[in-house]
Amino acid sequence: MNAKLIWRKSLNVFMLSLTGLCALLTVSALFVVLGFLIYHGGKDLSWNFFTRLPVPVGETGGGMANAMLGSLKLVFLAALFGVPIGVLGGVYLAEFGGNTVPFLIRYTADLLNGAPSIVIGIFAYTVVVIRFHFSTLAGGFALGVMVIPTVMRNTESFLRDVPRSLREGSFALGANRWKMVATVVVPAARQGILTGVLLALARVAGETAPLLFTAFGNAFWSPGWSQPTAALPLVIYTYALGPYEEWHELAWAGGLVLLAMVLLTNIVVRGFLSRGAQVERS
Amino acid sequence: MNAAFPLMGNAAASGKTAASKITVESSSSPAPENATLRMKVSSLNFYYGRVHALHNISLDIAANRVTALIGPSGCGKSTLLRTLNRMHETVRHTHLDGEIALDGENILTLDVTQLRRRVGMVFQRPNPFPKSIYDNVAYGLRINGHSGRLDDAVEKSLRRAAVWDEVKDKLHKPATALSGGQQQRLCIARALAVDPEVLLLDEPCSALDPVNTAKIEELLFELKSTCTQVIVTHNMQQAARVSDSTAFVLNGELIEFATTAHLFTTPSDPRTEAYITGRFG
Repeated sequence: MNAKLIWRKSLNVFMLSLTGLCALLTVSALFVVLGFLIYHGGKDLSWNFFTRLPVPVGETGGGMANAMLGSLKLVFLAALFGVPIGVLGGVYLAEFGGNTVPFLIRYTADLLNGAPSIVIGIFAYTVVVIRFHFSTLAGGFALGVMVIPTVMRNTESFLRDVPRSLREGSFALGANRWKMVATVVVPAARQGILTGVLLALARVAGETAPLLFTAFGNAFWSPGWSQPTAALPLVIYTYALGPYEEWHELAWAGGLVLLAMVLLTNIVVRGFLSRGAQVERS
Repeated sequence: MNAAFPLMGNAAASGKTAASKITVESSSSPAPENATLRMKVSSLNFYYGRVHALHNISLDIAANRVTALIGPSGCGKSTLLRTLNRMHETVRHTHLDGEIALDGENILTLDVTQLRRRVGMVFQRPNPFPKSIYDNVAYGLRINGHSGRLDDAVEKSLRRAAVWDEVKDKLHKPATALSGGQQQRLCIARALAVDPEVLLLDEPCSALDPVNTAKIEELLFELKSTCTQVIVTHNMQQAARVSDSTAFVLNGELIEFATTAHLFTTPSDPRTEAYITGRFG
């Protein structure tokens, strides 16, 4: 073996190890976070934590039930408001657009995607809160605005991946464009679209900034949709910054619950989707 | 593998019967004399943007016969086929002038949904929808407004496409799990479900092995009694086996159109002769 070959081989080994190491670091970050959460928050998880309201400092046995329900309601509203607009917008971009309008929409969506979440919060504050007041609706609206661009671009890219031959097969049987999209293209891309929706919802479930001055937070239950509500990220934020050791522990536990909720939804929906996956295989 | 040869023998034999019959009943006119006219292409010019892809093509397609379009890659034979049910309209920046008639009606004035229901199409690669076998076949009927149970129609189409026996026990399984040859026959069944008068086939066997090719060729022969067929093929042996008349297309021009027996034995244009004897393309 000449020197050049040895050099190439060792460079190959070096680069391979480097990429492997980076991959390992990325994955281990998740496990370190999870480990930390379980270590610090695990011991505070109890039946009370899931069923009771927070209690004043000094008392024991408080929970975060109102924040959990609040988070669920907020994410539900975000999905209700953001997912239809995002998916239909994605369908428009992928299937019906010309050149100029889709370019502008895509560009705007990418900008919105990159906008700091606190700015979205201010926007929702201006549009909803000033006219009405702090409420679950306002928080859901802010999160929904954040969901739209992600879902839209994701839907677009999965629709574009549907092979042209399927579209032609549908056209050749006399379908018009709308029927073709609704009966062939969207079902074929269903799995990708739903995965994107989930990821977007999981992301906003952990957002704090847009909720600060929309959902506002609440130490009690928030009946209906038009009153300020607690949410897990808000409670974690407040408790983690608070001066009491019990609060810090509760914040860890809240973080654990939030992460578990997101992971669990992901796993369940992915498992559910992969049962129909052999249909997608081609 | 043993089963392969008898099958191929069958298809080749049926192809020969067809060819010899034509030789008897006609000599030089492209359409066999006793055939009625199903489609008529007159002075067709076709453009992709500014590219003039088809030049002044006129072609008579006889009812209940198989018409083959042959020619080298990129000569325009697929483009010509796709104008017959206006599939070219799914590609932007195309236009055509001239006239294409189906049973005497100009297809450009027909409703495109109705037209494509009457002129079905099968593609180069099998393209079953990611749905069940049943839903694939029922698709054409459903989008045309049929609802409810379509069992009889689905079974009839699968039988016509000679794939019923292989799929009857798994109608609700995904179509994409079938083999390539079964998928292509399923696509033919899907096209037949809406009972088209004309079936366009764009190189339907190019992605299949010889055994499945033979099955499809046999199927085309059987479909002749109910359906007019136009087939684009790269494979001259296939054109000779399955078709009654053959059109040779070169650089967007129709060079020669004659009965298959005539075109392959005594071509009148030197370019046709050069192509079928394998000197180019």
